[in-house]
This record gives sequence, structure tokens and C-alpha cells, in this order.
Amino acid sequence: MRKQLRLSGSGGQGVITAAIILAEAAVTEGKNAVQSQSYGPEARGGASKSEVIIDDEKIYHPHVKNPDFVLAMTQKAADKYYADLNPEGTLILDDDLVPTSPAFKNIIRVPITKLAVEKLGKSLFANIVALGVLVKVTKLVDFETIKKSVAKRVPPHTVEQNMTALQLGFDAV
Amino acid sequence: MSARLMQGNEAIAEGALVAGVRFFGGYPITPSTEIAESLAKMLPKVGGTFIQMEDEIASMGVVLGASLAGRKVLTASSGPGISLKQELIGYASAAEIPVVIVNVQRVGPSTGQPTAPSQGDVMQARWGTHGDHSIIVLSPWSVREAFEVTVRAVNYAERFRTPVILLTDEIVGHLRENVELPDKVKVYPRRAPKISRAEGYEPYTPDEDLVPNIANFGEGYHIHVTGLIHDETGFPSGSPKVTREAIKRMHEKISRAEDEIVDVHREFMDDAEVAVVSFGGTSRTAYEAVLNARKRGLKVGFIRLVTIFPFADKIIRELSKNLRGLLVADLNFGQIVNEVERVAECPVKLCAKYDMTIFEPEEIEKSIDELVAEVK
Repeated sequence: MRKQLRLSGSGGQGVITAAIILAEAAVTEGKNAVQSQSYGPEARGGASKSEVIIDDEKIYHPHVKNPDFVLAMTQKAADKYYADLNPEGTLILDDDLVPTSPAFKNIIRVPITKLAVEKLGKSLFANIVALGVLVKVTKLVDFETIKKSVAKRVPPHTVEQNMTALQLGFDAV
Repeated sequence: MSARLMQGNEAIAEGALVAGVRFFGGYPITPSTEIAESLAKMLPKVGGTFIQMEDEIASMGVVLGASLAGRKVLTASSGPGISLKQELIGYASAAEIPVVIVNVQRVGPSTGQPTAPSQGDVMQARWGTHGDHSIIVLSPWSVREAFEVTVRAVNYAERFRTPVILLTDEIVGHLRENVELPDKVKVYPRRAPKISRAEGYEPYTPDEDLVPNIANFGEGYHIHVTGLIHDETGFPSGSPKVTREAIKRMHEKISRAEDEIVDVHREFMDDAEVAVVSFGGTSRTAYEAVLNARKRGLKVGFIRLVTIFPFADKIIRELSKNLRGLLVADLNFGQIVNEVERVAECPVKLCAKYDMTIFEPEEIEKSIDELVAEVK
């Protein structure tokens, strides 16, 4: 079964890293995965988007159409990227950074960045909190698998904090 | 080896390493930077050298120097950087210095759209440097093939002592997907003199395959290297005969191996009435469009150029004889289409896109439908 995700926000929030880790976890579980990204020329602050396709079949065209899940970490991203969501899909929003919910049926609001700041002292961990939310909501990969993938991708001295961030997100929904 | 998630650019670095590349000189530029980043980590571990130069011209110069000193070399860049490298690409052609230049294409001209995909450097890859010269240009469509094509590029550079352009794009360069890479690959060794100076060795005397066995610097042969037209000694010559023979040999050393170098991926051609031609990242979308069209009962074939130059003249001409039409999906204003038109014996239609986004399968399918209607 093909599953398509779009993770969106602004440059520096780490949505591309989150997408890479999710795709890597799917590959660890023996699935085919393709991850692509698009961002502006700015190092920080421009629009940033990453897409992941997970399938048992081969994946050719790398872009998602009618995603099953959209994560939006800014109002701009929410307004722009929910439009072609699968009507039965789910829109996940950062509660504080997306004040206005788009007109969509299935919306889950989670204080992603707030959790990262309050519990870990840094908004830097917001993407891993978001990853915890995504794993819980999408059920695409096992929580144990994502833990291993996160540990592999983050700097060694931050593994513990990132595990906390992952758990925070997982428990928040 | 089990499957792992890897980026196209990372696969190029992996391919370079197993092919024996031990020297990278470069200057970072989106969307090629991960190649430099990966090799900066990998090369020192195997006794290789990574050097970031002050610009792309110096990057090209330093890899040519390292190649002459015996290292297998690679450099990587994108649009503006590739433009800067052109003069020394010609020097590599003239002086017959093995080198692989990776171009991860982005939107141009000039600074263009630095982070967005395009395949607009096709003709630059062939004719970017001045003068009559030969070149090999290869392009992968997947992360796995990025690895394989890099190995092939390094081997061709060594075997033919020529610059080889690995013409990839942002689509494949930045794409991550699951791959299983082979542990072992076939590696072409650096060519070496077969006789000594005392036995009459001259560095630019061609071997049977028309490629000279030029000695590496520092191995006692004291050779002379120049961008001027030179004779077998490596020193400049003002002779029309030497000039004619040098330019002719430069072309023939590659054209005589064309059947081996030209690699075209073909599918569904047995019953095809029309076919789509594409290369690189665009082929992933073209393939999906062809699959969709076939599901609707249309007899559409798929032709993907892995080798862009030398162009697949013979293959495209032969295939076109049994087709009513060819559609070229060019992620540019129209470049591959001109090459296809030059050789095809059936009508050729262009499906061009140059708006910083990749094709959607529906766009190519719509062009397939139009072509089918036009050639009925």
C-alpha cells in the first residue's frame, strides 16, 4: 500500500531531517522509500518542504500527489500544502505556529515547538517531537525502529535529548 | 549488504571511492555540495586527499594536476561552477588527462534558481569548452545507478584518458531512496608506459586503442604536458599533419568504442507505436507516464539515455524506423529534442518544461495523447 507524506515549514525547523529519518526507518523495516525536498536559496527562514513516499512496490516519480498526511510547522505552510490532501487524510499542525486551522476535516493540533522549548529548552528539538507525533498518527513504522533511526542521524551527544523529544511527541497524541 | 537509505549525491561519492578516486578538489555549490561533503569525510580514511579550493577554476586545475601525478580524480559542481571549469575541461581533452566532472544540474542561466531542478546543461556538457573535442557524458536515473554510472565514468576517464561529464540533476542528486550497493566493482587501472625511454618511449604515442600510455609525473619519465597541439613527444607542433592527426585521434579513440559506451535503457519497445525519450531524473516521471498510458491501452515505449554523448544515433534511428512518433521529455527549453530530430526517421514531438518544477506524469501523458492523435 502506498503512503505519501509531506512535511512542511520554514528553513531551519528541521522538517527535511525529520523526513529523512522517517524514510530511513521505513527502509530498515524492508519497505521501499523515496524522500525528496524543496527549499529556497536561503539558509534559514525560506519555505521548506520534504516529501516521503513509502510503498511495497517500486517508486519512480518522486513527488507526492494527494498526500495521506501533511505536517505543517508554519501558517504559510499549512495554508499552502493542505490543498491537495487526500480527503480521508490527516493534517497535523503546530498548535502555536499555526493559529488558524485551514478548512479541513481531519486536523490534529499539537503544541510541537512549545513542547520542545518547555521540556528540552530548545526549539531545535521540535522536528523530533513532530516525528514522534507522525509515527503515532501514521503507524507507518514501529516506535522502536524510529528510535534507532533517530539515534543514527543525530549528533551522538544529543541522542538522549532526542529520545525524550521523540517520546514527547509520541505521547502528545 | 542490506538496503539502506542513501542520497544520489552520496552514492556518487561512494561510487567514486570504490572506482579508485583518491583526490577530490572542489568548491561547494547547491545542489552538488553533498558530494564534496561526503568525500571530505571518506577520502582521508583511505589515504586520499580532499581539498576545497578558492574557486571552481582552481578546483579544476588541482584535479588535473593530481591526475597527472597518478591519482584518480573527480570534481563536482553545478551551473555557474561548471561554466567556470570549461577552459580546463578543454585542456584535459587536449592533454588527455583522465578526470570526472560531476554536474548536478540546476536552473540556469547564471545563478538561475540555485535549489531547483533543470536539465538545461545538455549541450554545454557536449560543447561547453571550445574547439573540436570529444567527450563522454553519462546520466543516472536512480540512486543505485548514480553509484554505477560514477564507477563507469571513472573507468572511461582512465581507459580513454578523457574528461567524462557525469550529468546528473537536482532530482537524482538530492533524492534519497533505498539501495543495496555491490561490494565489488570492475575498476580500470591507470594506464602505464609499456616501454622505457631507452626503448623509445614517447608519452603521446597512441597504443592500439588509439589512447596513449602517458607516464605519471614523478615516475622518472620527465614528460611535457601542454594545451597546445603536440606531437608524440608531448611538445608543441606547428604542423598541419600533426594537428589533423591529433584532432582525428582524439575523436576516434572514443567513437571506435561507441557501441560499447552508448547505453540506452529500453522497455515496452516490442509493440510500441510511439515512444518517450528522456534521461536522468525526468525518466522516473516519464516511466510512470508510460506505465499509465499502457494501462489505458496505448502502445507506448520507453527510451532512456544513460549515455547522453556520444549520442545514441544508431539506436534511436533503428528504433524510430518502427515507430509512428517519438516524444522527447526535455526538462529545459528543448535540447535533447534536437539530437533526436537529427537522427529519427519518424515525427518528433517536444514536451518541454522550464519552470523550476519537475514534470508530473499527467503532463507527459497529455503529450503522449497529443502525439498519438497527431501521428494516427
